[in-house]
Formats: sequence, structure tokens, C-alpha cells
Amino acid sequence: MKALLGLAARSAWNRRGTLSLVVLSIALATLLLLSLERMRSDVRESFSQSVSGTDLIVGARTGAVQLMLYAVFRVGGATNNIRMDSVEAIAKHRAVDWVVPISLGDSHRGFAVLGTTSDYFKRFLYGDHQPLVLAQGRAFGGDLAGLYDAVIGAEVADRLGYRLGQSITLSHGAGGLPGAEHADKPFRVVGILARTGTPVDRTVHVSLEAIEAIHLDWVGGATMPGVVIPADQARKFDLKPKQVTAALVGLKGRVAVFAVQRFVANYADEALMAVLPGVALDELWQVVGVGEKALLGMSAMVAVVSLAGLVAVVLAGLNERRRELAVLRAVGAGPRHVLILLALEGMLITSIGVAIGVLLTIVLIAAAGPWMQAQFGIGLKLSAPSATEWALLASVLVAGLLASLIPGLRAYRLSLADGLSPRT
Amino acid sequence: MIEIADLRFRWPGAADCLHIDTLAIEAGSTVFLYGPSGGGKSTLLGLLAGVLVPSGGRVSLLGRDWAAMSGSRRDAFRADHVGYIFQQFNLLPYLSVLDNVLLPCGFSASRAARAGASGEARHAAAESLLTHVGLAPTLWSRPAAQLSVGQQQRVAAARALIGRPELVIADEPTSALDAPLRDGFMDLLLGECRAAGSTLVFVSHDERLASRFDRQLSLAAINRAATPEHAA
Repeated sequence: MKALLGLAARSAWNRRGTLSLVVLSIALATLLLLSLERMRSDVRESFSQSVSGTDLIVGARTGAVQLMLYAVFRVGGATNNIRMDSVEAIAKHRAVDWVVPISLGDSHRGFAVLGTTSDYFKRFLYGDHQPLVLAQGRAFGGDLAGLYDAVIGAEVADRLGYRLGQSITLSHGAGGLPGAEHADKPFRVVGILARTGTPVDRTVHVSLEAIEAIHLDWVGGATMPGVVIPADQARKFDLKPKQVTAALVGLKGRVAVFAVQRFVANYADEALMAVLPGVALDELWQVVGVGEKALLGMSAMVAVVSLAGLVAVVLAGLNERRRELAVLRAVGAGPRHVLILLALEGMLITSIGVAIGVLLTIVLIAAAGPWMQAQFGIGLKLSAPSATEWALLASVLVAGLLASLIPGLRAYRLSLADGLSPRT
Repeated sequence: MIEIADLRFRWPGAADCLHIDTLAIEAGSTVFLYGPSGGGKSTLLGLLAGVLVPSGGRVSLLGRDWAAMSGSRRDAFRADHVGYIFQQFNLLPYLSVLDNVLLPCGFSASRAARAGASGEARHAAAESLLTHVGLAPTLWSRPAAQLSVGQQQRVAAARALIGRPELVIADEPTSALDAPLRDGFMDLLLGECRAAGSTLVFVSHDERLASRFDRQLSLAAINRAATPEHAA
């Protein structure tokens, strides 16, 4: 067997020109399979790490996934705001421990602006119940003196090169429209959060009152003509928020979660809904899962195609190798040795292809990881293959073995028929 | 050594192409088998080497009937007892000269044992054979494909002889060689076979070589299935 493996290796090396193309295609198929799987699991991981310790998310009535997406991931928009007095009513429910209202809609150079209370920094948890940590500076106090204070996420600071004391202006909506700037009311960066690997990194946090202040002279998404309220003057107005986008709710005990959810859903004065982040994520995965399966199926097809290439190349070369088979028969190899030889050759090629594919995946993750983190907030991690990844690798290898049996059996039949005198 | 009794062989769907009543070849003898092309020489060699099995009758080597053995047993028996030299293209082009010579040792434990007790001893045996067939040491580690046809045939002879198989079969090994090369090759093949005590069955249509052998056999004369023009 060892002798045959040596022969298979050297025979394959002798035909390395054509076989290297097969190896390459198997490597690319492996890369595709592995990186898709890694992306899938890491996306899920970073999504489910994005929020913890929050029992319910309350917003205007919409889809659970949609509410989750905009309240936690800043994706999409709210269908409607909710009234602040509704939020206060929920906060008074006896099972509710805390409520953190959030207000979304503005942006700063592509990063979402989140209006909230100073409680947010205490209550919001991510990952395995980890609290937010300020890398530099402090949180905003929520008083009028600190009205225009902003706390930025790590990614915002890194990408824009902001330090403490930096003056920033917010844009109305997603930004990009001329004249939709809150340029008259600049903010000052007072705190920079430590990196979390969640959407918090890409968020500019200000107080709810600040959100009110910058919109004092705005109506329906545009400045009111002739009305200008300077930044200092804004402090004289009632800045208590009338409505917010959503609220994060923490309960005293998990057992009450459905009771509170029902209380919110049945709230008489306003159409509200409350979602459990975990349940909403599951719902999201059910939607995303279809696409994932399609992608995985596609990459499995790519793997099958590259193995078909292996079979085609080895089969095509077999006729020229009938001499070689006859020589092997003459020195004592049986047809079954020929079969094993061909199977080993196929296995060898598949294994090398898979090994190169794994290396390519590592290189790709190492190279594209930071970019993915910056662009999409998805933390691709270099780690030992998961069980699923091992299963994928094993199935490529097994498929390679099965595929190599095709030229192997053909060679078996050829060497039985040819004996020592190949009819080439 | 080799015994044939009432041998009949036909390819599927054809008439008998070999029909030999009896033939016995003594151990250690050198036999020159000649006959016209298409006369069934290669088929007979296939039968002697146990790659083909007779349609009827009996071919035995060292007292063992090839047909009585299973397929894989025949392969192992051939590996143990038969060295084979083709007309040309004897070598695996991607192996070195030395590895080509050592190839039978990978398939037969008994030939490996006879060639040498250890890997180094087998290497030494292969090198000694290569020296005997006149192949310069500088060529030993070269890929076989880089050798000339004459050199390749000599490597093939060394491979057929390694581990001293009881039977060496040569199927027109000189037909691709010119006269001086041919004579040199014949000298070393006959010399090495006699030195190893191996029986040599040598097929050729070049009857000038016949006188160098212990025994000459005309296939046409012993093959009752031969057509008249073949017998002529």
C-alpha cells in the first residue's frame, strides 16, 4: 500500500501540468464551501452577540424581524414612532426592571445616530452579558450643560480618526442630501466606547434631548423657513422627548416575559408590539436560512463539478497510460493494485486540493476579516474548524474517493483485458 | 519448470489460436522461441506468465497450474517467480532507473527477500545488477524517460533479474536495438540468467540469435492451431 502510494504520487507528479488545474478547481470549491460556512456561522454568531440582557424590544406594530433589525442592527427604518407616555406606562409595569428608550433616524457620515438616555450605557449588554465600556472619556450626563455631548463607538472613532473633543455635526436621515445638515448645532465627542464587535461600534450616541433640540426648527424632514433656533437658545425650550423609535426593556424575572409582551400588545392607547430578541433572531434565520441553503447547495455543485473534472482528466489520460498499467502487471501488480493505484491518485489530488483550499480560506479570512468587520460589522474569526466545517471537508474527501473509483474501475477493466499487451 | 499439456487458447469470439500438445522446459535452460508475427508468440508468453488463462488444457510453472489459482494468487505468483521484459517501453517514465529496477520488490516479498534483507541491501543488489548490465552510476538516479532505448532495455533486464526469479520471459527485447547494441544486450541477458540460474524464455523473429540458446523452439511447429501459411 505504501509502495502504491509512492507510485501514485510520482505518477501524478509526472502529470502535474494537467492535474494542477484539477487541484486548483478542488481548492477553489473547498474555499467556497468553507468560507461560506464560516461566514454563515460568524454572521449568526455576531448577530446573536449583538444584544443580551434585553428581554423585550418594544416598538410600533410591525414585523418582529423588522423591529429587531432597526432597533438593534440599525438596518431599515421604523414604520412609526411610539409615544413617550406609552414607554413610561410600560416602565411602570410591576414586572419591568428598566426601560431604555432609543431614537433613531439621523446619521453622521454614514454612521447611525442613536438618541437615548444615560441609562443605556448601564443597561445595554452584548455578547455574554458584557456591559459597554468607555475606552476614553465619559458618557453624556443627560443634563442641559452636556446637551451637545456625543459618545461614539470604536469603529466610528477609528474610521473617522476622531478623538475626544472632536466637533461633529449630524445629518438628518441617512445623510447625503444637501441642506439636510444639523450644522447649526455641532456636537462634541466626550466619550469613545471600547470595541464590542456589535453595531454599537458603528453608532454615535447622543441624548434624547439633543435629538429634540436639533429638530426644534424642523418640520416633516425639512427646516422651517425663517425659523432659526441657535444652539444655545435650544436649551430654553422643553426638550423632553414626546416620542421615540423603540425601547429596550429589562424585566425583573424572565418568567414574566410573556405577560409583559401581552401587556404591550394589548396596550389600548397605541398600537405597540414587543419582541423577544432571541425569537426574532430565530425568525430572521428562518428567512435567511433559505438563501444560505441555496448558496451552500450551489457551492456543493461547484465541488461536484470540480470532482467531475478530476474524473474527466484522469479518464482521458488513462488511454496513454495503458503501457504503464501493462508494466505494472508485468512486475506483479494485479488489477486490484491498479484500481487501488488510481483511487489513491484521485484521493491524493483531492486531499491536496482540499488542503490548499483550507489554506486559501485561512488567508482569505485573515486578509478580508478586518474589511468585513469595518464594512459589515461581521467578525470573521480565524479558529479551528467547527464540526460542520470538518463534515464539509470530509464529504469533499469522500466524494473525491468515490469519484476516483470511476477511473480506477476503468483501469481495472483495462488491465484485465490488456494483460501484458495493451492495444494502444 | 514449465509444463504445457494439451493447451488450447482462443480469444473471445475467435477460433483457437494456440493448440500445443505438450511442451516442457527444464529449469535453468535458455529457450529461443521463434515464429512469424501474429503466430501467437505473445499470447503464449501471456499464458506462461499467468496473465492469460488457457481455454483448455494446462500450463504450469514450478509444478503449479496457473488456472487452479485465483486471479490475485496468480498476480502474486507471477510477482514472486517471473521477470518480464517487453519489446520496448519497459520502464515507468516517472521513476528513477534504480526505482524501476526495484519495482518487483514492492509487489513480491519473496523477491525482495532474495534481493536483500534490508532496503540498503536491495539497493546494493539493484546497483550491482545495473553495473553488470553496464549502466553508468551517473544514470541511476535519472528519470527512466531520459535514457536511450538501449539503456532502457538494459534497465529492464536488470529489473527482470532482481530477486532471481525462476523464470525470465523476454518478448522481442532486441527488436528496437541496432546490431551492436543487440549483441551486447544478448550477452548480458544470457550471462545474467545463467549466473542467477533463471530459466529464460526468449521470443524473437530474428533467427540469427537462435544459436546462442540451449534450445530452439519453432512455435509454428508445435502449434497445431497454426494456419498453413504460418507453418510455412
